[in-house]
Amino acid sequence: MSAATATISIPRGNAVHGFFRELTRSKTGFAGFVLVALIVGMTVIGPLVVDPSNPTDVNAIWGAPSAEHWLGTDGSGKDVLKQIVLGGRTVVFVGFAAAAITTVIAVVIGSLAAYFRGRFDSVMLQLTDVVMTIPQIVLLAVLGAFFRLDSPAMLALMIGALSWPILMRSIRAQVLSLKEREFVEAARLLDLGTYRVVFIEIVPNMASYIMINFIIAVTNAIYALVGLYLLGLAPLAGANWGIMINDAWIKGAMFQQDSLLYILAPIAMIVLLQLGLIMLTRSLEEILNPRLRDR
Amino acid sequence: MPERTPLISLRGASQTFHSKSGDIPAVDNVDISVGPGEVLCLVGESGCGKTTSARMAAGLSRPTSGTVEFEGKDIWSMSKEEFVTFRKSVQYVHQDPYASLNPIRDIHKTLSAPLLKHGIAKNRSEGWTQSAELLRRVDLTPPENYLPKFPHQLSGGQRQRVAVARALTLNPKLIIADESTSMLDVSIRVGMLNMLGRLRDELGVGFLFITHDLAIAKYFGWRGKIAVMYLGRVVEFGDTPDVINNPQHPYTKALLDAVPEPDPDLTKTKKPGGGLRSADIPSLRNLPPGCTFHPRCPLFEEGTCNTVRPELTLLDSGRQVSCHVVARRGSINAPAGASAGGS
Amino acid sequence: MTQTTDQPILSVRDLVVSYRSGNGQSVDAVRGVSFDLYPNQSLALVGESGCGKTTLGLGLLRLLPRLGSIPAGTVTYRGRSDAEVDVLALPKNDLRRWRWREAAMVFQGAMNSFNPVLRIIDQMGDTIRAHREKGSRSVSKSEIWERSADLMRSVRLEPKQVLPSYPHELSGGMRQRVLIAMSLLLDPKLLILDEPTTALDILTQRAVVDVLQELRAERKFAMIFISHDLGVAAELADRVATMYAGRIIETGTASDIFYSPRHPYTSGLINAVPPVVGDLPELASIPGSPPGLNSLPPGCKFNPRCSYVEDRCLSTDPDLLTISARPAGMSHEAACLRWQDVVHERKVVARA
Repeated sequence: MSAATATISIPRGNAVHGFFRELTRSKTGFAGFVLVALIVGMTVIGPLVVDPSNPTDVNAIWGAPSAEHWLGTDGSGKDVLKQIVLGGRTVVFVGFAAAAITTVIAVVIGSLAAYFRGRFDSVMLQLTDVVMTIPQIVLLAVLGAFFRLDSPAMLALMIGALSWPILMRSIRAQVLSLKEREFVEAARLLDLGTYRVVFIEIVPNMASYIMINFIIAVTNAIYALVGLYLLGLAPLAGANWGIMINDAWIKGAMFQQDSLLYILAPIAMIVLLQLGLIMLTRSLEEILNPRLRDR
Repeated sequence: MPERTPLISLRGASQTFHSKSGDIPAVDNVDISVGPGEVLCLVGESGCGKTTSARMAAGLSRPTSGTVEFEGKDIWSMSKEEFVTFRKSVQYVHQDPYASLNPIRDIHKTLSAPLLKHGIAKNRSEGWTQSAELLRRVDLTPPENYLPKFPHQLSGGQRQRVAVARALTLNPKLIIADESTSMLDVSIRVGMLNMLGRLRDELGVGFLFITHDLAIAKYFGWRGKIAVMYLGRVVEFGDTPDVINNPQHPYTKALLDAVPEPDPDLTKTKKPGGGLRSADIPSLRNLPPGCTFHPRCPLFEEGTCNTVRPELTLLDSGRQVSCHVVARRGSINAPAGASAGGS
Repeated sequence: MTQTTDQPILSVRDLVVSYRSGNGQSVDAVRGVSFDLYPNQSLALVGESGCGKTTLGLGLLRLLPRLGSIPAGTVTYRGRSDAEVDVLALPKNDLRRWRWREAAMVFQGAMNSFNPVLRIIDQMGDTIRAHREKGSRSVSKSEIWERSADLMRSVRLEPKQVLPSYPHELSGGMRQRVLIAMSLLLDPKLLILDEPTTALDILTQRAVVDVLQELRAERKFAMIFISHDLGVAAELADRVATMYAGRIIETGTASDIFYSPRHPYTSGLINAVPPVVGDLPELASIPGSPPGLNSLPPGCKFNPRCSYVEDRCLSTDPDLLTISARPAGMSHEAACLRWQDVVHERKVVARA
C-alpha cells in the first residue's frame, strides 16, 4: 500500500488559468472586469504617459471640443481629456483604499464579536449604534476641520473609518448563524485554533457577500469623496474628478454649453467605474462559490 | 467485572437549560462510561437527553452539575495541555453529512488542515498522502478521485465517510457518533456501520454510539453495552444482546415492541401502542412526580411509582434497571417466548 | 382482505414523469410504471432516495412541482360511481374536486402542510367548505366541529385539546395524525401517503401505524404508501413494489418480497436492514450507489451493482417477468433475467 501511496502526488492546477476560466464564464462579469481594468489601468498608467503639468492653452478658455482638445478645455485653458486621465488616481485610490479599510474592519470586528459574544460584542454594538446615528457627511465635515484632509491616504482612512458599522452588523449576524453550523463545531473539535476557525473556516463562506459589499463600499466611498469635494470640505488642490465637478459647479461650467463635457466627463468616468464594478460581481460570485462553479 | 479506567465517563452529570418558560432538565444525573475499544450505545426517543449527554462527553457543553472525566480526570479542571490532549482523543461525527463539511473547502484541505496544524503531517505532500490513507480507511477508493472534490460533489454516504475520516485525523481513542447513520439510505447505512465496526476492531477505537434505532444499536453494539434513556435519565443498562432480547424495564419493552420489523409475519405479533397506557411523552418542563414513566407504564402501581423516584438498581449479570416493580422482583425474568439463555 | 371480483380502483399504464432541468434538458424520474390497485388494498412503494417513488406518488395525483410533467402514460380511476376517470385529462376544477373527494395525499414533513397561523379547526373548516357540493347549504360551525371531532377521535386524538390548537403547539406525531384525519375529511377511496412515519420517534411511529391499520379496517380505502422504511412496509402493506431508477423492478405480496425476493436489488435491500428481534444476522450493503437519472447504464439499470450480472444484462432491460401469477394484482413479478438463480438467505452471525 505504501508504494501505491507514494505515487500519488498533489495535482497542481494552474490557479491563474482557473481564475480566468471562471471570469470569462459570465459575459457580463467579464465585460465588467474589462471596464474596471481599463479605468484603473488608465489612472495608473495615465500620469506616466501624459504630461502631469497639463499646460494651459491660452487660446482656449472654456473651449469647445476640437481636434486638439477632444473634450474641450476648462476655465484656465487646461485640456479636459488630460485632466480626466490624470485626475482619476486619487478617486480610484481613495475608493478602493477606503473600501478595503471598511471591509477589513467590518469583517474582523464583526466576525470576532459574533464568535466570542460577551463584553467585546456589546461594546462593539454600542459603538456601531453611535457611529450609525451621526450623519456621515456632517461628521466628515467636522473631522475635516480638525485633520488635514489633503492626502488621499488620510481621506481614505477617514471615509473608511466611518462607514464600517452597517457591514459589521450584517457580518456579525451571518457569523452568528454560521458558527452554529456543524462544520464549525468539527473544526473546534479538531482544535484548529480560534484564528483558523474564524478566518479560514467561517469567513470564506461569506466571501461572495463580502466581495459584493466591498464593491458597494468602493461605490459609496467614491460618492463620499466627490461629496466632500463638491461641498468644498476637502482641499481643492490639484486636479481630480471630484475637484472637476466642484469646479464646474463653482466656476459656472455647468451654465456654458461648450463646457458641458467638462462636467459630464468626470461623472461619466465615475458612473462607468461603478457599472464595471457591479458587473464584475457576477463573475466574482462564481469564482468564490464552488457550488456555482460546476454548472 | 475488573475495573479499568474508562476513557470517558459521565459521573452524575446533569444539564439544565434555562428558557423563558422555565428550566429544562435535559439530562439528569447520568452515569455512563466507555472504555478503550468498547462500544456503548445510547438509545431513546428524541428529547431523552442522548445528544446532550454525548455533547457533554465530547466537552462541547459543560454539565450544570456532576463531572465528565477523561481517563479519570475531570475535563473541566484540566490544564490547557491536558484539555488539548482530551480534545484530540475524543472526536464527534455529526448526524447531517450535508452540514458537517465546510462547503467551500475541498476534501483534501478538510483532511489535511488538522494533520498539518498538529504536526502529524510535516508538509503539504505528507498531508496529501496521509489524507489519501485516511480515505482508504473509510473505503473511499481510489482516494485521488475524492481528494480534490468539494462536499457538494459527493453523495450523502460519501460525505459521511469523509466526516469519519476527518474524525480519524488525530488518532482518536473515542468516536462519538451522534445519529451518524440515520440520514443515510438503507443500502448505504450498513456499509457505513460495517466500516465503523472495522475501525473499532483494527484501530481499537471506542465508540459512544447514539441512535434512536434499536436495530442499528443491536447490530453495531452487539459486543458492547446499551443504555436506554428516557426523559433525561438512564432507565436500563446492560449488555446489548441481553437488553435487546430480554428487556426488563417496561419502557425498553415498549420500545422494542413498537419497532416495525422487516418481517411480515413477525410484525403481526406487535402489540398496538407498544402496550403503553398513553402515547404522549410528558414535557421536560413539567415532569410527572415519582417515576417519570409512570403515566404511561403498564406496570404502574399506585403509591410508590407516582411518589418516589426509582434509582438504577443492579439486577443479576450486570443489568441495571430503574424501576420499582422490576427492582422488587430482584432478578431477571426469562424472555417471553424466545429461546432463553444467553452469552 | 382483497375483493378479487372487483375492478381495480386505480390503473396505471406506462406512466412517465419527467423533470425539466436548468439547461433546457429533461430527465425521466419515473420511466414507465404500470400497476393496478384494487379496492381496500394497501400497496407499499419502497426504494432508496432518488428511485422515483415520491415522484410517482405525486404524479398519480398530478401534484407535481412546476418543472415536472407527464409526457406519457395513463392513470385511470374507478371510483364510487364505477365510471372511469382519466386522471391525466381532468380539467383543473374537476381535478381539484377529485382530489380530497376521491383521492387524497398525506405529505412528508407534516409541518409544511399546515398554515402555521390558522388553528386546526379553522383549517378543517376551510377544507370542508371548499369542497362542499355545489348549491348545497352552507356548513354550520357546529357541523364542522362534529365532523372534525369524529375524525380526531378516529386517529386517537382528543378533539378538545387538538382542534383549537395551532400547528406548532402539536408534537410531530400528533401533526401527522391530524394530517391523516384531514385527508379523510371527504371520505376518499384512495389515500396516498408519502413517508408517513419518517422522522417520528418509535412510539409515535407506532401510534401512526396503528391508526392507519384501524382506519383502513374501518373505512375501507385503498392505500399507496411510500416509504424507505421496510419495517413499516412489512407491517402496513398487502403488496409491496420495489422501485429502482424510476421503475418498479419487483412486485408481490409482502411475504413474496420479504421472504423470497427474486430481484437482486430487493434481496440486497432486505439484507441491509437489521431486525431487532432475535439473532444477529450478517448484513451487507449493496456496492456502489444508485445511478444518476441522466446517466443510466445500458441494459438493466442495476447491472453495475449486481452480483448476478451476465452479458445479456448489459444489453437487455427486462420487463417485469411473472414468477407466480395471482389475481387482483397480487402476482409476484420481478424485472430480472436471472430471477430463477437469485438466492435470498440470511447468515446468522451470533445467536441471541
